[in-house]
Amino acid sequence: MTDRRKFLQTAAGMAAVPAVGAAGLALPATAAGAQVAAPATSISVVAPSRLPPGVSRPDFNRALSAWRSAIGADGVFTSDADVALYRDAYSPYWGEPEERVASAAVAPATLEQVQAVVRVANQYKVPLYAISTGRNLAYGGSAPVYSGSVVLDLKRMNRVLEVNERNAYALVEPGVSYFDLYEHITKHNLDVWIDPPDPGWGSVIGNALDGGGGWTASPFRDHFGAHCGMEVVLASGEVVRTGMGALPDSKSWQHNRWGYGPWVDGLFRQGNMGVVTKMGFHLMPRPEVMQSAVVRVPRNEDAIALLDTLNLLENQHVVNGSTSLGGVGGAAGGNAGAWSLTLPIYGPEKVVRAQMEYCRDKFAKIAGSTFTEGELFRTPLSADALTRARKTSFGIPDLSTFGLLGRTHADPVPAGGHMDFSPILPRTGEALLEFAKFYRDNLPSVSDGGKLRFLGPVYMTNWDRTLVALIMFPVGKDKAFNARMRHAFEQWVQLCADRGWGEYRTPAVFQDAVAKVYSYNNHSLTRMRETIKDALDPNGILSPGRYGVWPRHLRKS
Amino acid sequence: MLPPNVSAANFNRALAAWRTAVGSDWVFTADADVALYRDAYSPYWDEPEERVASAAVAPSTLEQVQAVVRVANQYKVPLYAISTGRNLAYGGSAPVYSGSVVLDLKRMNRVLEVSERNAYALVEPGVSYFDLYEHITKHNLDVWIDPPDPGWGSVIGNALDGGGGWTASPFRDHFGAHCGMEVVLASGEVVRTGMGALPDSKSWQHNRWGCGPWVDGLFRQGNMGVVTKMGFHLMPRPETMQSATVMVTRAEDVVPLIDTVNLLENQHVVNGSTQLFGGGAQWQVQVPIYGPEKVVRAQIEYCRDKFAKIAGSRFTEGELIRTPLDAATLNRVRKVNFGVPDLSTFAMLGRNAQNPAPPGGNIGFSPIIPRTGEAVLEYSKFYRDNLAAISEGGALRFQGPVFMTNWDRTLVAMIMFPIGRDKVMNAKMRTAFEKWVALAAARGWAEYRAPAAFQDQVAKTYSYNNHSLTRMRETIKDALDPNGILSPGRYGVWPKHLRKV
Amino acid sequence: MRAATPVMAALGLMAMAMAATGAEPIAGEAVYQRWCVHCHSTGRGNPGTESLQVKYKGSVPAVLLERTDLTAEVIRVFVRQGVLSMPPFRKTEITDAELGALSTWMASGGGKR
Repeated sequence: MTDRRKFLQTAAGMAAVPAVGAAGLALPATAAGAQVAAPATSISVVAPSRLPPGVSRPDFNRALSAWRSAIGADGVFTSDADVALYRDAYSPYWGEPEERVASAAVAPATLEQVQAVVRVANQYKVPLYAISTGRNLAYGGSAPVYSGSVVLDLKRMNRVLEVNERNAYALVEPGVSYFDLYEHITKHNLDVWIDPPDPGWGSVIGNALDGGGGWTASPFRDHFGAHCGMEVVLASGEVVRTGMGALPDSKSWQHNRWGYGPWVDGLFRQGNMGVVTKMGFHLMPRPEVMQSAVVRVPRNEDAIALLDTLNLLENQHVVNGSTSLGGVGGAAGGNAGAWSLTLPIYGPEKVVRAQMEYCRDKFAKIAGSTFTEGELFRTPLSADALTRARKTSFGIPDLSTFGLLGRTHADPVPAGGHMDFSPILPRTGEALLEFAKFYRDNLPSVSDGGKLRFLGPVYMTNWDRTLVALIMFPVGKDKAFNARMRHAFEQWVQLCADRGWGEYRTPAVFQDAVAKVYSYNNHSLTRMRETIKDALDPNGILSPGRYGVWPRHLRKS
Repeated sequence: MLPPNVSAANFNRALAAWRTAVGSDWVFTADADVALYRDAYSPYWDEPEERVASAAVAPSTLEQVQAVVRVANQYKVPLYAISTGRNLAYGGSAPVYSGSVVLDLKRMNRVLEVSERNAYALVEPGVSYFDLYEHITKHNLDVWIDPPDPGWGSVIGNALDGGGGWTASPFRDHFGAHCGMEVVLASGEVVRTGMGALPDSKSWQHNRWGCGPWVDGLFRQGNMGVVTKMGFHLMPRPETMQSATVMVTRAEDVVPLIDTVNLLENQHVVNGSTQLFGGGAQWQVQVPIYGPEKVVRAQIEYCRDKFAKIAGSRFTEGELIRTPLDAATLNRVRKVNFGVPDLSTFAMLGRNAQNPAPPGGNIGFSPIIPRTGEAVLEYSKFYRDNLAAISEGGALRFQGPVFMTNWDRTLVAMIMFPIGRDKVMNAKMRTAFEKWVALAAARGWAEYRAPAAFQDQVAKTYSYNNHSLTRMRETIKDALDPNGILSPGRYGVWPKHLRKV
Repeated sequence: MRAATPVMAALGLMAMAMAATGAEPIAGEAVYQRWCVHCHSTGRGNPGTESLQVKYKGSVPAVLLERTDLTAEVIRVFVRQGVLSMPPFRKTEITDAELGALSTWMASGGGKR
């Protein structure tokens, strides 16, 4: 009953959810595990109402009982109410037959338990879908890509194994959220920052593996790029350590990411070749100050010079913060006051002031531009400064971005969920203008004459050298509405692919469609990945279909 | 010489097919021509164990590479791919698996694109740092390359071998600075990675990850495919460079010295290739900084403040050098620090006043140690304690240890071994090398790169969980290259039919 | 005597590129500029010159282009065999035709000014 209530709360919409997250934040790091561990006597084994595809009921029962003995009955969820908690709250197929749902969930707490779970899955050929904290909302949440998979929920593996202040790195397990890691660092008074993404409840490992990013300084914002060393359980149940971790008792697992020989870590990015159970991350020593400036340019076509200047400053590492591009240029088709660009810089005060001055000189070359310096924030932030600052830009995780999805004055009855369409454009003003026009030209037909209210495009310059044009699609519980959104999403994918633009990340239900546009040489990259997948996971039990990589027995020819 | 396990008849068929594919001028079988692929610094020079080629084939286009690989697959002839073959001290142009046919990519030497606005290059494997520098100079582009010591080396090959250069972070990590690849797999199929998998992609060199599992890493120090194109992020020319030298005079001060360097580098205040010198009681570190003049001056000032906390340290600013450098200035600086490739480092190996009759070659032993002063002190003591025994009481003249801080967050304690034509001396050097590998591994230190002759031994030290990483790589190797024709044995990854149980 | 500035090296490389694409005869000097100049010219950072200075102690010039005693055959042998740290050059780097042009040009005093 409690579980059911929790589920309804999650499903009801975003407004209720941050409260749950906030309560979680106040708990010690072990609390998540403690919540799951109800007294064994109260556990009644419920037969799951759904079977994983291709698995007989007797085999599934055998697998479930093997899992129960491996990790304890309280770590195996089979009742409808418990399994429903793994639904994707933002599923664009919510309540429809095509919604991807779990058949059960298993939540190991240790490496050895993960190995045992995977071995059992292999024995009975039960597909698993691994999640870290399952908060990859807008891109699939905690639901499997292959419907009927058993969710392998790693939330209980929530130890912060090491945070090294002198060498500025962390080694964590997948259940560790940004909130957890921040709390650990604060508690131990360590002078390093984490790089939080929007969802503070997200997993540090999961976000990196999903291709996510954060809001402090480069290069830490590219979360996969900032990792150093992994421990992975392969489909065979074998444990591999990558990079320098392959050396027994290595002293430099988090010092050098490459190690020796072919580097396999990349395979686990947006991948399904193994279950990541530990991962190291480089952290930033706390910068002494942060100051931001805003550049405004008057003409639509000034986007070109604006981005060229920005690229120069970022590629020289003069600007190291997460820049953001705004303004009405794209949406309104080139009005005056067209574009604005926010440039945060982190560092020692005298250095930041010199960098600001240099930026001012460079942008002054754009006729009619204005350059406005913002407040210089000294760190650690005072309580007063904290009220004015965006927390994530200062290494403090929160959930404020989810305010977008809750009830607002502008939108008192929101759909509640959303999904993101995120094509990568070349990082030039020309591409920006081309996309803006492309968006305007296609909007009437793709949006049913404006009836589908997309949010966007948001031009994300938050990673160096990469430009993402984000369009957000509201998703709710109205099936007809969701169907139109899905159709629109697919149209955008194809229209963009025709222009040479492809997505960096995509919701579970569109992962096949997006993978198909990466079709160079008759899909040779996909075939290469499939070859690796079949070799490492011959029974195809690990997260089948994730990012379009299907094991042999599930591929359509 | 025949490739192992290939009949003379089949080898002749393969050679004939290659001649048809690439032209008979570019299939080398004469002893004199094949000898040019020997590793000039081989520690087994002229001994039966020297790894030598049976032939060489040099395609000039992607399609020719595909054809060569398909023929090799048909006749199960092992290939060994080289870009410019100048990975000297780590194996040169000779194959890891003796008798392989060298797949020489030097003729694929087109600079396909250099974008000044987005600061990247797309090149073929035969393009050397000299070539790319020349292209940039000729077209007056305001970007720098990041040259390693060997300017004749391949931009792609150096990255794939795990090499690094001498300008600013993050460009010095050559594999880390790449963005997008084109690869011919053992099947002959062409794959483009990252955004390149999208037909007519507009952002192949803008975003390295693309969508879905990232396979590029497999080709680093690898043998899963033949890389035929690769993109690299370049640095817009920085306006100035200034270096400072910090000196400390107590052995234990190397601890705060490195802590301070780490802090400054991890904050990206210091972005140049730092260098640590010294030993005993005296240590000094050079901190070069690139950027706009006023920024660099502020950064130097900040560094001065930070290092001043080490009692007794001395901080000396060097000359601030503005770019582009005039000819006179270029002549008194170290060129590679200014994006200009050269070969000056090789002077170490030639005749010089201290060593008028040098052996000529060398091999590098390059263990990664933690980036702390404690590790430097521990390693120094370890080296001193073991030196007498391993060097036969000093008879073997190693050079080192050189503590290389040139990559952020990584510390390599390099020892160089002279290698020449004296078989007895070479044998002693090999034994010493193997001893250092084993001794270092026992301390939790292992190499980031190794000469071909020692790649197996070093791979074996990375043995966590009964060599599970090696086995994972073998599984991938067998799947992608079932006949095991591509660079067998490179970095300890052998195909199924050549693995020893 | 030649100054080994990168700009001059670049000019040499351009000449080389032209020689390779057209039907023009191969210029020995272009081959020299492409392959030899990085080690054997004057000034700091020329390992070949430094090594030959130690070897001959000035009895013959350390800079190759100042030498008058080098025959085409000697040049061909050193290019294809290497010496000490200088590795041999493969035919994908310097073709036989290019080596012929280079050795003829050097031996005939083409480099001396």
